[in-house]
Amino acid sequence: MSIDTSPGPAPAGTDRSTNANKAVVQPGDRIFSGLAKGAGILILVVLAGVAAFLVIEATPALLAPADQIPGGNGLVAYIGPLVFGTLLAAVIALVIATPLAVAVALFITHYAPRRIAAGLGYVIDLLAAVPSIVYGLWGASTLAVASIPLLIWLETYLGWIPLFAGPASGTGRTMLIAGVVLAVMILPIITAVSREVFLQTPKLHEEAALALGATRWEMIRMAVLPFGRSGIISGAMLGLGRALGETMAVALVLSASGGITFNLIGSGNPATIAANIALQFPEANRLDVNVLIASGLVLFLITLAVNSLARLIINRRREFSGAN
Amino acid sequence: MQTLRHGSRARIAAVGIATSGALLLAGCGAANEPAPAGGGSTAAATASGTIAGAGASSQQAAMEAWVAGFSAVAADAVVTYDAVGSGGGRTQFTEGGVQFAGTDSALDEEELPLAQTVCGGPDNVVQMPLYISPIAIAFNLDGVDTLKMSASTIAKIFNKQIVKWNDPAIAAENAGVALPDLAITPVNRSDESGTTENFTEYLSAAAPADWTYPADGVWPVPGGEAAQGTSGVVGAISGGQGTIGYADLSQAKDLGTVDVGVGAAFVDPTPEAAAAIVEASPSVEGQGKYNFAVELARDTTESGTYPVVLVSYTVACTQYADAAVADTVKSYLNYIASSEGQAAASANAGNAPISDTQRTKFQPAIDAVAAAS
Amino acid sequence: MTIDTTQRDPDRDIAPAPPVTLEKQGQLPRMIVPGVLVAAAVVVGVLVALIGFNIGLFVIATAIVFTITLYVLARAVEGSRKATDRLVTAVVTSAFALALIPLVSVILTIVTNGVARFDAEFFGSSMRGVVGEGGGAYHAIIGTLIVTVLAAVMSIPIGLLTAVYLVEYGKGRLARSITFFVDVMTGIPSIVAGLFAVALFTALLGPGARFGFAGSVALSVLMIPVVVRATEEMLKIVPNELREASYALGVPKWRTIIKIVIPTSIAGITSGITLAIARVIGETAPLLVTVGLVANVNLNPFDGRMATLPVFAYNSYANPGVPRDPYIDRAWTAALILIIIVMVLNLAARLIARAFAPKTR
Repeated sequence: MSIDTSPGPAPAGTDRSTNANKAVVQPGDRIFSGLAKGAGILILVVLAGVAAFLVIEATPALLAPADQIPGGNGLVAYIGPLVFGTLLAAVIALVIATPLAVAVALFITHYAPRRIAAGLGYVIDLLAAVPSIVYGLWGASTLAVASIPLLIWLETYLGWIPLFAGPASGTGRTMLIAGVVLAVMILPIITAVSREVFLQTPKLHEEAALALGATRWEMIRMAVLPFGRSGIISGAMLGLGRALGETMAVALVLSASGGITFNLIGSGNPATIAANIALQFPEANRLDVNVLIASGLVLFLITLAVNSLARLIINRRREFSGAN
Repeated sequence: MQTLRHGSRARIAAVGIATSGALLLAGCGAANEPAPAGGGSTAAATASGTIAGAGASSQQAAMEAWVAGFSAVAADAVVTYDAVGSGGGRTQFTEGGVQFAGTDSALDEEELPLAQTVCGGPDNVVQMPLYISPIAIAFNLDGVDTLKMSASTIAKIFNKQIVKWNDPAIAAENAGVALPDLAITPVNRSDESGTTENFTEYLSAAAPADWTYPADGVWPVPGGEAAQGTSGVVGAISGGQGTIGYADLSQAKDLGTVDVGVGAAFVDPTPEAAAAIVEASPSVEGQGKYNFAVELARDTTESGTYPVVLVSYTVACTQYADAAVADTVKSYLNYIASSEGQAAASANAGNAPISDTQRTKFQPAIDAVAAAS
Repeated sequence: MTIDTTQRDPDRDIAPAPPVTLEKQGQLPRMIVPGVLVAAAVVVGVLVALIGFNIGLFVIATAIVFTITLYVLARAVEGSRKATDRLVTAVVTSAFALALIPLVSVILTIVTNGVARFDAEFFGSSMRGVVGEGGGAYHAIIGTLIVTVLAAVMSIPIGLLTAVYLVEYGKGRLARSITFFVDVMTGIPSIVAGLFAVALFTALLGPGARFGFAGSVALSVLMIPVVVRATEEMLKIVPNELREASYALGVPKWRTIIKIVIPTSIAGITSGITLAIARVIGETAPLLVTVGLVANVNLNPFDGRMATLPVFAYNSYANPGVPRDPYIDRAWTAALILIIIVMVLNLAARLIARAFAPKTR
């Protein structure tokens, strides 16, 4: 994936801060900007609170001797497979959901008849309205059972790929299906953000492309997608955040009983961090709780790392955010 | 400013629609609840306090029946129970956050002193096994409703030494049953649970040669089919073929169940046989006058006892600062230990009612509950 | 990693130079699309019927055969650019249809299971004194509305103002760190938010504090970042021309934001807020540890446990009594009501957005 560094169509150096100086400054302005700033700072305070809570509660686990950690092999051995499982499930979800979401957003904004487009958007939003526990129940009772023939097919014909090495699970409650459920859950989030961004593509750009004889796809490729790129990434990151932190659905769908494995269709899968916390927390006490919260801290750090990466990508492409 | 014209009438209508729905719902009260102005209850109990409990989800269904039955006895009292799990219940109790707790394993040596501090004295902690439930070893095999298995066979199935249903070890114990050449899929709990702890405790006590893992709430064998909660395990067993797992008997009614080898005989899981094993087990000594924690004799050979049981405790104090709370706790414990209370729970949760002998043993502890003087 | 597909070619950017050697100028007849579709369906149907009919296989194979046939036909008659366009149209449409499958399946599952107890008693009764059959979720519906509304009342202003700060005022380290940490906040697992709220109120009020507001705080921690991210994205794409026009007319910045920037993007913002509410209204784990569960109605979010729909549904599913069926039925119906609430909310949000948005088109 190469980063395109060519300058965009925007005149370099256009910055909103220069606009701010042109505006009239009033007392109302100062109050309003103070409020806005205060809200932002409040968020930092809340997050600092959460981080402090995590660190304080995780400390005993970090200091405990290895044999007192569940599993008896220390914190790294306990959390390692969970980190792997979390990333694997989230990556599967993102790989499935992102192209699909972009396609759906394009369909709604540029392909569907205008009269029914809004209704279609509403229908997709409904997917976001389904509570995660329902996805869990649906995934375990309907999707997993329906997927068993597919898993067997994958094992038989694509078994040479390590991902589908098998043996295929007899109940369908596998990492692949957990990833699919997560993909369904994050699809509306990515779609919603992408859709709104696509709708804001300057009409002039689109019409210019069409006027030059571009087909609809060429217009989309040259006007809509570059404009919406930051929005797509932003939506994908929003979805990734949800996929990484999703608790109940994964807890219900995934047969979590194994360590690190790339086999996506077997019974023994690594749990995800959030699902593991939900599964083990009710019966945990003292050091077990600290260990679980330490794993929560790790998830926090993963999100931090993923978001840093995303920011880096978006910032490189800043020229496309905002119309000029 | 043509572009900024707002449809103010439409705006008001929209806000109106949004709020009217909420108002409609809030307007009427719950049909089954008395108006708060009731007053003057004629119920026998003086209990009118609000008490909260938290703990094991295994007790949830029984607790529902108890809370409902108790509200018929003491209409002014309010009892709540959060099924946050045993660990959460014990922690909240030892922090003084709740007045009673339900837990699948007794307070351990670190928690007991904390509880004693909260309750104000070493003899002030009440711990009674008021919820006893048989754990069925349930399976899904076409045309087979019941199988006989010794502890050793069960252990070998769950640690994957026996992988086919027509294994000689199973066949030897089930002469005349047509066993298919089908792979065994053992199903276990993916969450830490009292059920798993009691089951592994049974396996390590009754089949120490074949089950080398220690008793633990987390399933120790990796790579099996794992599902969340009793509902998840039952769902996974009934959803597959050749599956076997362990779950509360009351929830495993539609599945085949294993008769467990005790001594030379095989005992089918029943509430009565489960209550018998608790009766036959000694109490733990020296942990306080009213602490009735039991050391279950999992490896018993006594006939008519079913050793795979889940025992869940009710933990409370004998002293509460608030008199209304003390009264309510006392009458609530009285109710749940009574034969009506146990029968109500049994009807809703399928657990084994405690015996009269047990009840007589627990009664002094309940009588001791009072306001701190 | 979608960037590859959207890679810009700097040369194309300036002028989409159409290939000079123009391709065949033919045009496929309008009826070709349904024609190919029907033909593909028939051929695939026959083939699939030979190996044993399977609806999933049939639909997927038909879509693939249809797409390929159309592409080949178009390429032969209309040339490669038009063919690619048709290919993308087919792919995008299929993607949309594919996305509908889980939705339909989920809704079917919930409605068929939830309709059994979708009756007046369910809406009019609580679970106080109910054992086994009967009872309802009135207490849980009220509880969910109270807890969620409180969470929304806290989250929406904070989230909206933060987004405004980030887009309109923020620069330098503070804005950058807020943006960054808001992203991090989206990754807080819901149970951790719940535990945080418990720890917070335990520190403030002592142990055993369980009340609706604590749940609202936990939900706010989850909701705020979603509101900020969605709103920020929408505010960013408000054309600068509008702001500049407003400044040029001497309108102060704060009034510009309130009167121009926010109304212009109100549709996207309400859509984002609705998503945020939908995200938290179904949360189970944080509410279980902060709000608990009761069988009776509690209207006071600052005192005592409350029932909420997700916890009610989860609890009915996870810890059923004997017989199981009434419990499982109640769980599904509670889930159905949860979805209906969000649907109504979504609709209301759209009405509000339409009413407030400037009539530009």
